[in-house]
Amino acid sequence: MSDLAPGVWADLVGQEPAVAVLRRAAAAAEAGRRGEPGTGMTHAWLLTGPPGSGRSTAARAFAAALQCPRGGCGECPACHTVLAGTHADVEVVNTRRLSIGVDDARALVSRAARYPAGGRWQVMVVEDADRLTDQAGNALLRAIEEPTPHTVWLLCAPAVEDVLPTIRSRCRHLSLRTPPTEAVAEVLVRRDGVDPAMAAFAARAAQGHIGRARRLATDEDARLRRHAVLRLPLSLGELSGALQAAGDLVDAATAEANEQAATLATAEAEEMRRGLGVGPGGRQPAGAAAALKDLEKEQKARATRTKRDAIDRALVDLAGFYRDVLAVQAEAAVELVNDEMRDAVIGVARASTPESTLRRIDAILAARTAIGANVAPLLAVEAMTVGLRRG
Amino acid sequence: MTAAPGPVPLTLVTGPEALLRDRAVAAAVAAVRVTDPEAEVHDLSAVGLEPGRVTGLASPSLFGGTSVIVVRDVADAAEEISDELKTVLADPGDDVVLVLVHPGGVKGKSLLDAARAAGAVVVDCKVVKWESDKVAFVQGEFKAAGRRVAPAAAVALVDALGSDLRELANACAQLVADTDGTVDRAVVERYHAGRIEVTGFKVADAAVEGRYEEALRLLRHALATGSDPVPVNAAFAMGLRTLAKVGGASRTARPDDVARDLGLAPFQVKKARGQLAGWSPDGVAAAIVAVARADEQIKGGGTDPVYALERAVTDIVAARALG
Ligand SMILES: [Zn+2]
Repeated sequence: MSDLAPGVWADLVGQEPAVAVLRRAAAAAEAGRRGEPGTGMTHAWLLTGPPGSGRSTAARAFAAALQCPRGGCGECPACHTVLAGTHADVEVVNTRRLSIGVDDARALVSRAARYPAGGRWQVMVVEDADRLTDQAGNALLRAIEEPTPHTVWLLCAPAVEDVLPTIRSRCRHLSLRTPPTEAVAEVLVRRDGVDPAMAAFAARAAQGHIGRARRLATDEDARLRRHAVLRLPLSLGELSGALQAAGDLVDAATAEANEQAATLATAEAEEMRRGLGVGPGGRQPAGAAAALKDLEKEQKARATRTKRDAIDRALVDLAGFYRDVLAVQAEAAVELVNDEMRDAVIGVARASTPESTLRRIDAILAARTAIGANVAPLLAVEAMTVGLRRG
Repeated sequence: MTAAPGPVPLTLVTGPEALLRDRAVAAAVAAVRVTDPEAEVHDLSAVGLEPGRVTGLASPSLFGGTSVIVVRDVADAAEEISDELKTVLADPGDDVVLVLVHPGGVKGKSLLDAARAAGAVVVDCKVVKWESDKVAFVQGEFKAAGRRVAPAAAVALVDALGSDLRELANACAQLVADTDGTVDRAVVERYHAGRIEVTGFKVADAAVEGRYEEALRLLRHALATGSDPVPVNAAFAMGLRTLAKVGGASRTARPDDVARDLGLAPFQVKKARGQLAGWSPDGVAAAIVAVARADEQIKGGGTDPVYALERAVTDIVAARALG
């Protein structure tokens, strides 16, 4: 299909316009570094795009292009180390916590001011700039507004509105789009060796989220969980059944999240113990207990977020189902997200009106908002199924 | 308290702690169902039991399969029933599992002796009296749920709710459901400051039963004595959830069966059945939506949490009036 940009840009699926901008900027930066005239480079960027569109992939590719003598060839040591996350002059803030606090921000500011070891750029990537607290954002302001000549800030967030106004007004904004289904399917086939039919299904089902598409294509459990979620619209006859379905959805998401969190948590605790020199049965060095306690706290917060994310994903799948219902009701000539459930979609479409489908989609969106606002997830999903049942 | 790994033909559950007795019976039934999911369970009270009923149930069935016969209140059995039970337990037959439930004490002692002589597995449900035993009970509850509770948190929970084991078990179940990770003292204090959990459920019961003024009064009292609005609202949600689930189950099924299917305690089923009169499914649905809205208001901080809860109580009572 599309002729993909080579080198470090190869994994940016369906983002040709954004890639063109970043490549031009990298070339201008290189020209400027050599004292030649060039336009298009800025020292602070805000990359936005829907979840799974590849914000952090874009930021890393751009960082590699800045560090690579050939503008992101994808083959030299600079490109390799940036993409692997080990380049000395690229700092990636990849928080799994719910927020980035002021202490972290201050540490970043002093890191950004260092002269790059490789003599090119000091690149600061903040993957979740939407999680900067107000205080942390204020601590970053000066550094972003008046960076040293060799510092580049790359901030990523889902949408412009998610970032503090004072920060976003100091950045050049570049938005990524939801990648087209065919582009996602193509990359699954090319890079992950997925069978084309499975790739087409996964790309459709993931609605443009690349990571999710890869998961669906390669993990049968993920497919089964998704399938169970999409049976919810068919269990709404009785109130008790609807609430049961709500409970099942939350339970499944919790189980998935716990599994992920536990695996990660054990590995991290091991690593930290080794790092602190805590041997089996040995004495703990001073501060070790406190550090481990902090880690545990952080892991707890992350587990909460993983659970919310898993529920949110299920709700996105569910909204996709009702969008299909709406498409059938409107007789729109579009490809269904859930083509494999065409019969169920048509059944619901015939039994309801477009107005009721819109109300149902609203109920799902309201539940996502409520969970985002800290409402007990089970209660929010229960209220949603009540809304879906009412239609 | 733990059940034998496989079904045993004769079990004697005895002792004054009702919660432990209920659990021992449930464990004995569950042990049978592991090997025979189709087993027929007959849950009887010795009081008013028809003579010959147990003998009939214990005689070999044409269709095979295990028959579980639970006889409760055997201390109050009439003499002929007691004699009948002694005969059956002496030779119960191959596919019969007999569970006798006795509240302890000397009444009906000859039947207990006969059961012991016949080799009954005895489950002793002693009163959990000392604080250290209650703390151990709380720790066991969390362990059984695959969770951990800090020792200080277990002590705090017993301090707040120690009088009744059922209340304690219920509070543990709620903490398991509502929190993640190790339960520490801060969590317990947040949930149970001033016996909040009981109060929260009391407010919820009053609202669900349509006692509007009492619900408002209890609510104000709870909040005035330092209750956190979050668990109060969680109690509303739990009450309505239970109501909806029990409302969807068969009205004629035995509470224990319904409780097992829905993951509730039998007493919750009995209570919900009593509360269901006056409610329609649409009413319960509307009340759940109102409570979800209150949760958002309480946590969003935009609305006064006290007002949000009063509004929730009002909405619950109004939803009940929908019929
Ligand atoms: Zn390179």
